[in-house]
Amino acid sequence: MQIGELTAKDFASDQDLRWCPGCGDFAILKQVQTVLAKLGHSQEDTVFISGIGCSSRFPYYMNTYGMHSIHGRAAAIASGLRLTREDLNIWIVTGDGDSMSIGGNHLIHLLRRDLNVNLLLFNNEIYGLTKGQYSPTSKKDLITKSSPYGNQERAFDTLALCFGAGASFIARSIDREAKHLQEILIQTNEHEGSSFLEIYQNCHIFNDGTFQNYSDRSLQKINALFLEDGKPLVFGEHQELAIKLDGLNPKVVLKDEYSLEDLWIHDSSDRVKASILINEVDTQENFPKLFGVVYKKEKLNTRSNSPNKLSENYLLDLLKGSNSWLVK
Amino acid sequence: MIAEVKDSISIKFAGDSGDGMQLTGTQFTDNTALYGNDFATFPNYPAEIRAPQGTIHGVSGFQIHFGSFEINTPGDEFDVLVAMNAAALKDSLKSLKKTGLLIVDIAGFDKKNLRLAAFDPEEDLLEESRFSDYHFIKIDISSLSKEALKEIDLDPKQKDRSKNMFVLGLLLWMYGRNLQSVEDFIETKFRKNPLLKEANLKVLRTGFYYGETAELQSYKKEIKAAKLEPGTYRNIMGNKATALGVMTAAFKANLNLFYASYPITPASDILHELAKHAKAGVQSFQAEDEIAAVCAAIGASFGGALGATGTSGPGMALKSEAINLALMLELPLLVIDVQRAGPSTGMPTKTEQSDLLFAMYGRNGESPIPIIAAHSPGNCFEAVYWACKIAIEHMTPVIFLSDGYLANGSEPWKVKDLKDLPEIQPVYLSAEDTQEEAFLPYKRNADLVRSWVQPGTKNKQHRIGGLEKELVSGNVSYSPENHQKMTDIRAEKVALIAKKLPEQTIMAGAKSGKVLVIGWGNTTGAIKSAVLELLKEAKEVAHAQINFIHPFPENLANILNSFDKILVPELNNGQLIKLLKVAFPNNKFYALNKIQGIPFKKSEIKDAILNLLG
Ligand SMILES: Cc1ncc(C[n+]2csc(CCOP(=O)(O)OP(=O)(O)O)c2C)c(N)n1
Ligand code: SF4
Ligand SMILES: [Mg+2]
Repeated sequence: MQIGELTAKDFASDQDLRWCPGCGDFAILKQVQTVLAKLGHSQEDTVFISGIGCSSRFPYYMNTYGMHSIHGRAAAIASGLRLTREDLNIWIVTGDGDSMSIGGNHLIHLLRRDLNVNLLLFNNEIYGLTKGQYSPTSKKDLITKSSPYGNQERAFDTLALCFGAGASFIARSIDREAKHLQEILIQTNEHEGSSFLEIYQNCHIFNDGTFQNYSDRSLQKINALFLEDGKPLVFGEHQELAIKLDGLNPKVVLKDEYSLEDLWIHDSSDRVKASILINEVDTQENFPKLFGVVYKKEKLNTRSNSPNKLSENYLLDLLKGSNSWLVK
Repeated sequence: MIAEVKDSISIKFAGDSGDGMQLTGTQFTDNTALYGNDFATFPNYPAEIRAPQGTIHGVSGFQIHFGSFEINTPGDEFDVLVAMNAAALKDSLKSLKKTGLLIVDIAGFDKKNLRLAAFDPEEDLLEESRFSDYHFIKIDISSLSKEALKEIDLDPKQKDRSKNMFVLGLLLWMYGRNLQSVEDFIETKFRKNPLLKEANLKVLRTGFYYGETAELQSYKKEIKAAKLEPGTYRNIMGNKATALGVMTAAFKANLNLFYASYPITPASDILHELAKHAKAGVQSFQAEDEIAAVCAAIGASFGGALGATGTSGPGMALKSEAINLALMLELPLLVIDVQRAGPSTGMPTKTEQSDLLFAMYGRNGESPIPIIAAHSPGNCFEAVYWACKIAIEHMTPVIFLSDGYLANGSEPWKVKDLKDLPEIQPVYLSAEDTQEEAFLPYKRNADLVRSWVQPGTKNKQHRIGGLEKELVSGNVSYSPENHQKMTDIRAEKVALIAKKLPEQTIMAGAKSGKVLVIGWGNTTGAIKSAVLELLKEAKEVAHAQINFIHPFPENLANILNSFDKILVPELNNGQLIKLLKVAFPNNKFYALNKIQGIPFKKSEIKDAILNLLG
């Protein structure tokens, strides 16, 4: 297949889209289809595996191979496929309930094993499909059907959770930023190992506006920090603010008071800095949220497998064992 | 002096779990196999790795029954008991035959051991008069072993640990064997530790020659080799046979094998065995839990490998939802359940047959899944081979039931010739369907089986999932009529498998008569020996042991109709009998149940049959 021979449309299946009009899932679907065409992937070598949730309907809409499985288990199913099929391009599509609640165990073990798959976490901070209960990523005090007096629980720090599990690629984007999402999807696909991409996705039925701080262009400037390798960490209404390290502590400074060399230049391969970004910057209210590829390291290669078939002689020897005897 | 010739002997090795009784038992078994006897074994050990030393809880036993004719069970009672300490004696003496031979290690009966086994530490437990019913041999095995090793530079603890070799040597001498197989084993096992190798060999030989010096010749017995059907034989345990059966099925079907599992007693040894063959083309995967294991296996099947997973009861409970996914996806999946005793954690190292109804009904919705049960350690091979064949050829999850007793028990097994096994043909897309423009993932063949089209196949991209499928197209559908149809098809598809199954056979007795004993799983030996004895007494009784429980073989109805009464012994509260009563409402079934974590005794079955015969 020649690069560029297929278009985004070729990656769309003939199924009607069943998401609520205005759902952030549409935008993500479009970008994924675009990226696959752009990168010259073939339809038949691409597989999407999902769990259960609104987001997990995704595979039905892709003209690729796909499995809409059971709640929380997409990562485990994809692991079995990955280990037996080295040739396929495997994607996992999951929700915040799907892989941070019921499937949390599989998520962390997938990341620990660093199998080569792309995991897209559609985080809408709510259980969409079951009609609006709080999720493990819902903000504190959020009023939902199952938290009528406000959510009493603390939300997961999603990136920190994955970093702790040893993820080799950690990134974040948002449904409303088409270009950014496209760029990060490309990097997600290119990384060899488990690529974790969290996509902030608006559920405008049950949790509308939860990401407004990052989707609204003017609010975004203050609240979002778009990371790019080789560029300083700047944000603010007029890009006047920067984050700088004071020893091991990050602090917000006025960009113009420092020369470029003195600012913090993003290097996604720097594990120590990634740890500070993920654990100290992303988790604290007085800092902006991180977007882009936060951390990336070369494949760990913790488990290698070359699927093979048994040879007849090997099997015959094994069946006979080392202590057989002949009865005449 | 010429040894007395006997038909069979049953021995129990009993000691503390640190005394190496399992090793003694398995080595004695291997030697017995090479000698040509038929045999059956029963290892019985505590769940704790280091159970409280010296106590009843810590007793580990290994029973072997070997003979010159067909051996079906480890024996209700044994002819010989080796008790390495007071707790072992307390645990096992009740099943030693009157006039049987009791061998004890004096060192295991000191005050401390008596106290730990809850005997009065002041009493002389080993006083001869107490054991006048038996032949009684007291040996200070521990000091004789240490004495043999006085030249060898090992610490006393390590020396003490070799005492099981003394027992092994002595018993091998007693039954006229040579030491070759054990010596070979020790050579390999301690290849890297010459001191331990020397020590074990030395104590083994000391035990072997002890019989001669201590003038125990009168206890020597000869058990001639059994007349087995010609062929190559080996000793095999159920879990090993299961692993080999799965490998062989993958080979015959020309598929990669992917086995995913989470460790659990008594299924772990299947994982251990398969993991050994990683370099030869077996992929094993230790998943983070049982759900992940079954899901990974489903992922592998989706990709075109034979996906298999194995566990025991508690793990089965976790796998239910995913097994149902495989049912909806209509992909091959082998699920192995090595049953253990009780609900929840129950009694992990003990045996029971109480997961049958769970296998049959333990999933949400209407969920028909084929069930195949092995009925002896060696039969695990063929039974699981069939389970794989059905999973692959009928695109369905299949549950294979084994149990702790089969898993760890062993018997001589005639090595299968690959040619003699039925072929396994995966259902790939036919040439004509390949040509077709529109690909219909749920289009079915005459057996109602859809074809297995794997990712990577050009122009056949499709999506499958757990939501109800539309007939043929496989698109999501909530239509009432469609759901009815799909539910019926899934049931019919499994029912049709009956046409492909081997006929049910009668294991012992005539084709018709008064009482048929029908069993499944590990009850084979006890039923068969009971029936054979009654046949000798000219009773009208027969025995059938079923492998295929869902669906039942087609000729089962005829067999049942040829008997007045049908006895169904099970190590549960009556599970197969429920299925039989529903399937064959006009036959008269009688239950015999036992839930003690141990197999049936021949005598229990015999009594029940006699009772029915009236
Ligand atoms: C075993 C099981 N438990 C519960 C459910 C019900 N359920 C379906 S989706 C879902 C939550 C979905 O939330 P999320 O993963 O965030 O996906 P979203 O719908 O928000 O995209 C739940 C609880 C289920 N399908 N299976
Ligand atoms: S409920 Fe929310 S997440 Fe689900 S489709 Fe509707 S808008 Fe999207
Ligand atoms: Mg959600």
